[in-house]
Amino acid sequence: MNSYRKGLKDGLPIGFGYFAVAFSLGIVAANAGLTPFQGFLTSAVMNASAGENAAFIAIRESVPYLEMALITVVSNIRYVLMSFALSQKINPESKLIHRLILGYFLTDEFFALAISQDPYCDPFYSYGAISFASPCWAIGTALGIIMGNILPERIVSALSVALFGMFLAIIIPAAKKSRPITILIIISFISSYVLTRFSGLSVSVITIILTIVVSSLGAILFPTERKS
Amino acid sequence: MKNNIYIYIAVMAVTVYLIRVLPLTIIRKPIRNPFIRDFLYYVPYVTLSVMTFPAIIDSTNNPLAGLAALLLGSYAAYKEMGLFKVTVICCVTVLILEFIF
Repeated sequence: MNSYRKGLKDGLPIGFGYFAVAFSLGIVAANAGLTPFQGFLTSAVMNASAGENAAFIAIRESVPYLEMALITVVSNIRYVLMSFALSQKINPESKLIHRLILGYFLTDEFFALAISQDPYCDPFYSYGAISFASPCWAIGTALGIIMGNILPERIVSALSVALFGMFLAIIIPAAKKSRPITILIIISFISSYVLTRFSGLSVSVITIILTIVVSSLGAILFPTERKS
Repeated sequence: MKNNIYIYIAVMAVTVYLIRVLPLTIIRKPIRNPFIRDFLYYVPYVTLSVMTFPAIIDSTNNPLAGLAALLLGSYAAYKEMGLFKVTVICCVTVLILEFIF
């Protein structure tokens, strides 16, 4: 099970990053009145950072259940795009069960790992990463609720860039090989900065809009000539 | 009115699972349309870029430490040092800079 072990290793930084983010998310959950077990359960079934943050705030505000469903759709809509993209990275021959499991654990980070493989994503590579990092997420949330502000702020600050380091490790090597990807990354950085600072839109809405607009731009300006 | 947290969690869980798994299971064959193929090819890089910046400089106590992590992390990634090293370089950069300043 070589690919499982490789996945496990590549999942280590994700797990550490998850732990830090989930820990701070736990503080939000505590404010919404969740018990450590409820926080653990939420993270175990949701596997979503922005989505859970929005959900905890909604719980605090006692929104109706239907509104909760809408908030969940909006704050996680980018996973629809990722799911589409990932559908092309899974061998059409592979069993349906792999798609059902990988869908459950489809996060930004596991997605990044999955698409970095060529030509198809090996499900067991993803399972390796998931089996360490996913429990970190759920346990981190519960501990965040229990321990609140015990961890020094300096450590939280340093750990919080772990996820972005992982993103860079995915996009920069791709940019090195492809000029269109380099240009799209620069456009994404600039437009994301402008919208975040000046539009007043939420991060998840900005992510949705720019993903659609900039990726469409890329498909129009830089059509690839890949053979099927 | 105080709603039941477990019902909230159930609503969230079902909704988010449908969002994630429907495209993945419905579309099992390679997509032929060249525009959609190219669009989906670029989606991950764009999404990850959008989520990285400016979030990386907003997540640290000192924005300059986040910027330094972005630059050093990008350099390390350019040298293809791999996930773990790049991540550690980013974290250590922030830790050291915020310790000094």
